[in-house]
Amino acid sequence: MTSNASGRRNLTFISRRSPYGSGYAKACLDMVLSAAVFDQNVTLVFMDEGVLQLLPNQQAGNIHAKDLSAALAALPLYDVDKVYAEQDSLTRRGLLPDQLAIEVMLCHADKIAEIIRQSDVVFTL
Amino acid sequence: MKFTIVLYAAPYSSQASLSALRFAQAALEQGHEIVRVFFFYDGVHNTSAFSVPAQDEYDLVRAWNALILEHEIDAVSCVSSALKRGVLDARESVRYERSGSNLLESAVLSGLGQLVDASLKSDRVLSFGA
Repeated sequence: MTSNASGRRNLTFISRRSPYGSGYAKACLDMVLSAAVFDQNVTLVFMDEGVLQLLPNQQAGNIHAKDLSAALAALPLYDVDKVYAEQDSLTRRGLLPDQLAIEVMLCHADKIAEIIRQSDVVFTL
Repeated sequence: MKFTIVLYAAPYSSQASLSALRFAQAALEQGHEIVRVFFFYDGVHNTSAFSVPAQDEYDLVRAWNALILEHEIDAVSCVSSALKRGVLDARESVRYERSGSNLLESAVLSGLGQLVDASLKSDRVLSFGA
């Protein structure tokens, strides 16, 4: 157990899927918000296709999908402030950090490995 | 050790349901505890009592039901995942005016909070089918 002194556990969510091709991205965000309601130490990492969730001006209604932007925008309200995007995943898709819909911290694989090491539970979707 | 099992995948579509089931069986046989099985996303199909496999196929849903009842495991099917995939208990069936209910007798419908809660009480959380 690596729970910190407050008794809260480190729950990490790694979101690796594009926003609307499947329901996984929405499911992952739902899990993040649920964990945050339980007042846990939540970390959210976007990597691989998952960084596409961070694109601004999504118009999911056109494909009868629910826009993920609202859930993303809610993260600070739920005190989820450790939100990372993996730099290489952005670069490979030609995305620049200042183009993203929300503010994220950039990280590389070694940082993600460290986050996982410090986690009590890791969910990857 | 205390385990929570999360199953994201439907029965038969992949190996995940059987792997999760056999992990649970093995863990219990070795004296470990299963805090909760949480059926999430497509995994809720494992809690549909209307699943009818061919006679020469292994009945995964029945096997889950038997394991849960035998060991009195806390089994939760995610309510939002379940409703949209047509897995309803009697109460939801009445509420949404559907013609029947099919939630496995050994499972209950509840929210994602039950997964977080179980995670906080477990030594390990194992995900299958994600």
